[in-house]
Amino acid sequence: MRIRVDPDKCQGHARCYGLAPELFDVDDYGTSSVVGDGTVPPELEAKARLAIANCPEFAIEELAPGP
Amino acid sequence: MTTTRPVSDWTSDFDVMDPDYVRSPFETWRMLRESCPIAHTNRRGSNWLPTRYEDVTAIAHDIEHFSSIEVGVIPFDGEEPDEPVLAYGLPPISADPPLHTWTRRLLLPWFSHRRVEGYEDLTRQLCRRLIECFVEDGRADAAADYAQQIPVRVISHILGVEEDLSDTFTGWVREVLEFADDAERSLHGMEGLLNYFVAEVERRRRGPGGDLLSELLRTEVDGQPIDDSIVMGAAALVLIAGIDTTWSAIGSSLWHLATHPEDRRRLVAEPEIWPLAIEELLRAYSPVTMARIVTGDVELNGCPMKAGDRILLSFPAANRDPEVFERPDEVVLDRAHNRHVAFGAGIHRCAGSNLARMELRVALEEWLAAIPEFRLEEGAEVTWAGGQVRGPRQLPVVFP
Repeated sequence: MRIRVDPDKCQGHARCYGLAPELFDVDDYGTSSVVGDGTVPPELEAKARLAIANCPEFAIEELAPGP
Repeated sequence: MTTTRPVSDWTSDFDVMDPDYVRSPFETWRMLRESCPIAHTNRRGSNWLPTRYEDVTAIAHDIEHFSSIEVGVIPFDGEEPDEPVLAYGLPPISADPPLHTWTRRLLLPWFSHRRVEGYEDLTRQLCRRLIECFVEDGRADAAADYAQQIPVRVISHILGVEEDLSDTFTGWVREVLEFADDAERSLHGMEGLLNYFVAEVERRRRGPGGDLLSELLRTEVDGQPIDDSIVMGAAALVLIAGIDTTWSAIGSSLWHLATHPEDRRRLVAEPEIWPLAIEELLRAYSPVTMARIVTGDVELNGCPMKAGDRILLSFPAANRDPEVFERPDEVVLDRAHNRHVAFGAGIHRCAGSNLARMELRVALEEWLAAIPEFRLEEGAEVTWAGGQVRGPRQLPVVFP
């Protein structure tokens, strides 16, 4: 599983960081980004889905599996 | 407070200051969502009240048609001074881009995750001191003696203003927000705040410190210092926005825990659910409604909105929409899917949300650690404020 945060949609609610600090980082202006290239280790997939389901701006998306 | 005419038709003549609505708006929102999801009234001008999540968030995101130039739920109906001290209002909350964008960026780092962690200790110590004052009494007013005392002191610390003046600040803020339909009182509150900040700006000019106000005065934008009225507006905003909003969330949460023993005990027994529980309490008891002004005639879901109309963006109503939340009127402490908008949505997302969340969590943690069992005092009255910010103002509880 791979995820990304759309920086144009993110408004800094920091819900993803609160739920899954292993997967997200937040800068001083509140904008979230994924840690590394957004690859989610299998044991954190449930947390990633939780973050996706709680973002009030629908800013987190799961990327389609690569070729 | 002025009295309100009774409401007979909530779809076309609503009044958010109606005493029954202030006490409990939930049934009204449910009825409106099902019959007339964007209600209208001509009380205090032409106002619209969207109650569905989809409409509330759509309007919050549409900054072209819905301006933040006035965000007060109750319009000021007194005489405006000829030369207002705050020529730009309270930026960034009462601003649209571009003023919104750069003033918001000045404030955001003060409320970042990292900074807020640094305020946690003093918040915790403050909560403990407050609890010590009443824990032996077996009773307390959880709103007046506790919830109302916390945010104003934390914000005072951040702004670098005297903690001793907390009661005075609180008085001004209540006059501005809770007595907004009393022009004389709201003006008195605003003047109090402004005169204070005018003096504080002068004091910082003579001896700057490491506080937010000093930092704003030091900051240059495009090689120019920031206009004094913007500095004061932003500082006044930080004070106003962080006081009764957060104390209302703390107070409502304590009201919930006083009246729901199973949730109270669950929080003590299952500390791992706290992060979800805090979000759930924020969802169910979202305190804040913000207004927008329609910039040009526009139709939304069949409602003909005219330029100048006011939209009351009820984030609290959005957060109880059954289309988005299962069993919306129930508090489910470990609710996993909770896309709530207690802090708004779009570019005006509450800049202090990290701080508010920390204060709410620490206030509840410390309360439950010292007073795990408590209930409403029988025969004593719980009173609520509403309009812009909903929360309990008197919350007598006992813990014998």
